[in-house]
Amino acid sequence: MDIDLITNILYAMVRTGTPLLIVALGEMVCEKSGVLNLGQEGMMLMGAVIGFIATLTTGSLLLGFILAILSGVIMSMLFAGIALGLNANQVATGLALTIFGTGLSAFIGADFVGQPIDGLNPYAIPLLSEIPLIGKMLFAQDLIVYLSFGLFAVIYWFFKSSRAGLTVKAVGENPHAANVIGLPVMRTRYLAVAFGGAMAGLAGGYLSLAYTPLWTENMTAGRGWIALALVVFATWRAERIILGAYLFGLASILNLVAQGLGYPVSPNILAMMPYAATVMVLVMLSSNVVKSKMHTPMWLGKPFHPGG
Amino acid sequence: MIKLVPRGERSRAMAYMSPVFAGMLTLLTGGIFFATLGLDPLHALSVFLIAPVSDIYGIAELCVKAAPIMLCAVGLAVAFKAQVWNIGAEGQLLMGGLVGSAVALQFGEAEGFWILPTVLISGMIGGGLWGLLAAWLKTRFNANEILTTIMFNYIALYLLLYFVHGALKDPDGYGFPESALFSDAATLPILIEDTRIHIGILFALFASVSIWVLMQRSFIGFQIKVLGADANAAKLAGFKHKHLVWIAMVISAALAGLAGASEVTGPIGQLIPSISPGYGYAAIIVAFLGRLHPIGILFASILMALIYMGGELAQIELNLPLAVTALFQGMLLFYLLACDVLINFRIKLKTAATNAAMGN
Amino acid sequence: MDTHHDAGGTLNLRLRLQGITKQYPGCLANDRINLAIEPGEIHALLGENGAGKSTLMKIIYGVTKPDAGQVYWQGNPVTIKDPATARRMGIGMVFQHFSLFETLTVTENIALALGEDAGDLKVLADKIRTVSQRYGMELNPERHIHSLSVGERQRVEIVRCLVQDIQLLILDEPTSVLTPQEVDTLFITLRQLADEGCSILFISHKLKEVQDLCHSATILRAGQVTGDCIPAEAGATNMARMMVGDDTPISTDYPKAEGGEVFLKVHNLSQTTEDPFGINLKNVDFEVRSGEILGVAGVAGNGQEELLAALSGETLEAQAEEILFAGEPAGHLDPKQRRQRGLGFVPEERLGRGAVPEMSLKDNGLLTGFLQGLVSNGFINRVATSQFADKIIDDFNVKTPNQQTAAQSLSGGNLQKFIIGREILQNPKLLVAAHPTWGVDIGAATAIHEALIRLRNDGAAILVISEDIDELFLISDRLCAICNGEISPSKPTQQTSIEEVGRWMTGIFDTETHAVAQESV
Repeated sequence: MDIDLITNILYAMVRTGTPLLIVALGEMVCEKSGVLNLGQEGMMLMGAVIGFIATLTTGSLLLGFILAILSGVIMSMLFAGIALGLNANQVATGLALTIFGTGLSAFIGADFVGQPIDGLNPYAIPLLSEIPLIGKMLFAQDLIVYLSFGLFAVIYWFFKSSRAGLTVKAVGENPHAANVIGLPVMRTRYLAVAFGGAMAGLAGGYLSLAYTPLWTENMTAGRGWIALALVVFATWRAERIILGAYLFGLASILNLVAQGLGYPVSPNILAMMPYAATVMVLVMLSSNVVKSKMHTPMWLGKPFHPGG
Repeated sequence: MIKLVPRGERSRAMAYMSPVFAGMLTLLTGGIFFATLGLDPLHALSVFLIAPVSDIYGIAELCVKAAPIMLCAVGLAVAFKAQVWNIGAEGQLLMGGLVGSAVALQFGEAEGFWILPTVLISGMIGGGLWGLLAAWLKTRFNANEILTTIMFNYIALYLLLYFVHGALKDPDGYGFPESALFSDAATLPILIEDTRIHIGILFALFASVSIWVLMQRSFIGFQIKVLGADANAAKLAGFKHKHLVWIAMVISAALAGLAGASEVTGPIGQLIPSISPGYGYAAIIVAFLGRLHPIGILFASILMALIYMGGELAQIELNLPLAVTALFQGMLLFYLLACDVLINFRIKLKTAATNAAMGN
Repeated sequence: MDTHHDAGGTLNLRLRLQGITKQYPGCLANDRINLAIEPGEIHALLGENGAGKSTLMKIIYGVTKPDAGQVYWQGNPVTIKDPATARRMGIGMVFQHFSLFETLTVTENIALALGEDAGDLKVLADKIRTVSQRYGMELNPERHIHSLSVGERQRVEIVRCLVQDIQLLILDEPTSVLTPQEVDTLFITLRQLADEGCSILFISHKLKEVQDLCHSATILRAGQVTGDCIPAEAGATNMARMMVGDDTPISTDYPKAEGGEVFLKVHNLSQTTEDPFGINLKNVDFEVRSGEILGVAGVAGNGQEELLAALSGETLEAQAEEILFAGEPAGHLDPKQRRQRGLGFVPEERLGRGAVPEMSLKDNGLLTGFLQGLVSNGFINRVATSQFADKIIDDFNVKTPNQQTAAQSLSGGNLQKFIIGREILQNPKLLVAAHPTWGVDIGAATAIHEALIRLRNDGAAILVISEDIDELFLISDRLCAICNGEISPSKPTQQTSIEEVGRWMTGIFDTETHAVAQESV
């Protein structure tokens, strides 16, 4: 295996891992506040289709990304209104969001399937991108990838040393206690869900505007679900999410690797790899009950009604 | 402002009314939705919901589509009662179809009354094992079943594609990714002449009755319900958590597997790449909409089958994308969850006057 | 003392409540409550479980909004819209179920409650240290809550109120989680605070401590004020009558018993927990004889849950011989097998372990009664199940419309009577009961105590684990205590004292008495 191949694999790994990283960071914030939103897939698809249509019709990538984020937020508020406002079961509501988002995005995007746009191009940072092996991986990416590095840093800091991060953790651990000491439980949760929605929308937009760039039905191909597994895998810690996202990125581009190494493997078998890897990772990391209990937000997924 | 006031006790009436409200709200929203697309809402809704069943053929097709959904949904009802979140009915259905097909093709043109049962049971085993794998990962490794079953759905799909493009492809099929047609001995008999209604419908009805007996009359069913309602109580009473998770999962997965085997041996008659238009996902909605009860599920399955047919007809007559089906499915589930709030809460309109009164 | 002040006197009052009313579905929690507290006064709010004390307190602290009535603060009418407002006014509250976050540190917990006023965390930590020392409640601000004992957690709650300018401190049943010695220390702190001018609202159902500590008392029953008095003068019987009404019998003494053969023997039971917040059991050794009640005292979180799970069969032992039922090794048996050998079990959590909340009483009878011929060939015998539920309801005087009623809609006392009845009707040879009268009204508590004594007199071995030391002295024939996973020696109830059991609860097991206890066995 020559050095160019490795450089390219590393580059593709980060590029493929980026949407996972963005969604998983958003979902982590959401789950830290005690809300389990299984609708990532639906929100991503909506972000992807709306972002794509906006850019296709106006030619503006910026507008595309903004509308992608916005549609993620709107979808997440649909979830929040029912799961938080009306105290519905979070698992079922999240599933509904995914089913609804899948349907709505396919419906809206039916006329736009396969149309070409000029996607977001990579921007190589001079000099830095020349570093052997990792230069291309870290410094020859597009703006959203750089943004995802920044997002990671901000979220890491947010939970490490900000007052607001402390509030989110407290609300996710014990909403009743948080309520009686006067923390804004519901507001915190709505904001956390909205942030998760924004990230899912952005990740969807990344897929349709930068990664592929085009729109096809169901183009997220389970990435929203993989991101959910990633949060479990990372035991709700940002530094492990970034690691996990790139590992999954690697698993998804195994076909590149296989081709590079000259192994003929059925494309259908290779397509299974990210999903099989997800199951394996879930098994390896959940089996330590004690450890997962220590890190799981204690009130995750349980409804909370502030009461009269 | 709207305020939720806890009722103190579940309202049984609301538990039954909520799906009806949800259905009506979906209709209303659907009408508005069609109107905004510039269609006549009444005409569009009638194309969607009435036209598909306006003749005998349509009603027969409705039954054909309702059967696999119902099989999956009554099984899911058992799993959901146990709080085992099996989202993998789709994958289990595909595995049932795949394994059933593989066995059916082994028999070639052989004759025998035992061939069809063997094929169907193989499908049940295929689906059941696929579900059992997730159950095992859950009880042995504590792996979240929502995520594993979803992943298994994707894996099952690619496995099916792998075989339909490979080992099970019809050698005389001009390279199309399809298996050979199954022999008569491996095909479900037609129940009513000149329709596609096959005995798979009876499987669905029989499964519903069996599940009702299991859940309402047997001690195993009672234990499953206790496990779902209150895992700590089940543990203290000495009910075996692992066994119950396995039982719930295997029942739901085997029924999904049977649905898959019935599809390939029934209306389809061979293995093709797309043997299910998302029946396994639709069954999740049906299970909730039917209140996890076999009779409710019967009605909900028919409604869901109608939405599938309506979507197909709308594509032809109204020139709408087929995705309109998934859109209505998602809407229905959303409205159901929203209406369910009425089971445990009363809605109180908080006006300015009551606000002022509370200040005093 | 006249606490019904006229309008002129209102200005001197720190807090006055006028006609506070709060309605919950199916229950009038507060019915036109009046209450007045002066600066520096320690005022008791006395009443049994369900009298409406907690609701009233939550109204004062802004957690709950009253349907009607007015709150006056320092003479002015106010609306306390949320806890943050209450805190800014100078009201602090110590909750019975602490409002702390396990995975955060002491400083972080306190900072969260203070909001913007918390300032820099390092400065706050110093302040916490200073304040806690000043009031004799030593605390390390860097510790995580999950590593603290219950008593220490309560200190965090109190210090959280004291780091700001505090005018009124509300404490909800603060002594129920403490050892007798810790109670004494707490009272010293509270008196010091009152001397400095802070008003204290002390919520309790225990007459004795109210008499020891409080200057005045308001007594609640079924949501209404039934009297105001000066506890030191009023006399315990008068106050008790105001609390429970005329028609409820107040618990008397029960004759003590010796017991016969040993039924349950726990020998050298050691167990390492998997729960990161759990307690390891260390060489637990005790016996319960048929026909006696052994009481196990202890502060919550000292291994009671683990011991109970080991006895019920929810966790299995490495060595079967660590638990013996009538001489037969039972440590490896699952809950069902133990029931078959005569175990009855009443867990601490009534809803969500003892009974399935949304299931009917009929189904909840079947929950543990399935060995009583209610199941045949895997199918439920519906007639027998129905009769079993009716018998529990009749024999134990459970107030419910019928057996189809969901467990969650019963009052705590009635549900507990149902659960205890369900276990007793299975004729257990050994009954393990955790906190059997926790949170139930006095009428139900008395009925439950009498049922336990009857079962003992019929020859069953009974183990009662409770945090309520008074209850243990009332019903137990022998007493011991659990502390940090270890169990103290036991003594006949009449030969020990609250002080001695209190020492056991803090882990001081006198070696001399230990030797005596072993001889007597």
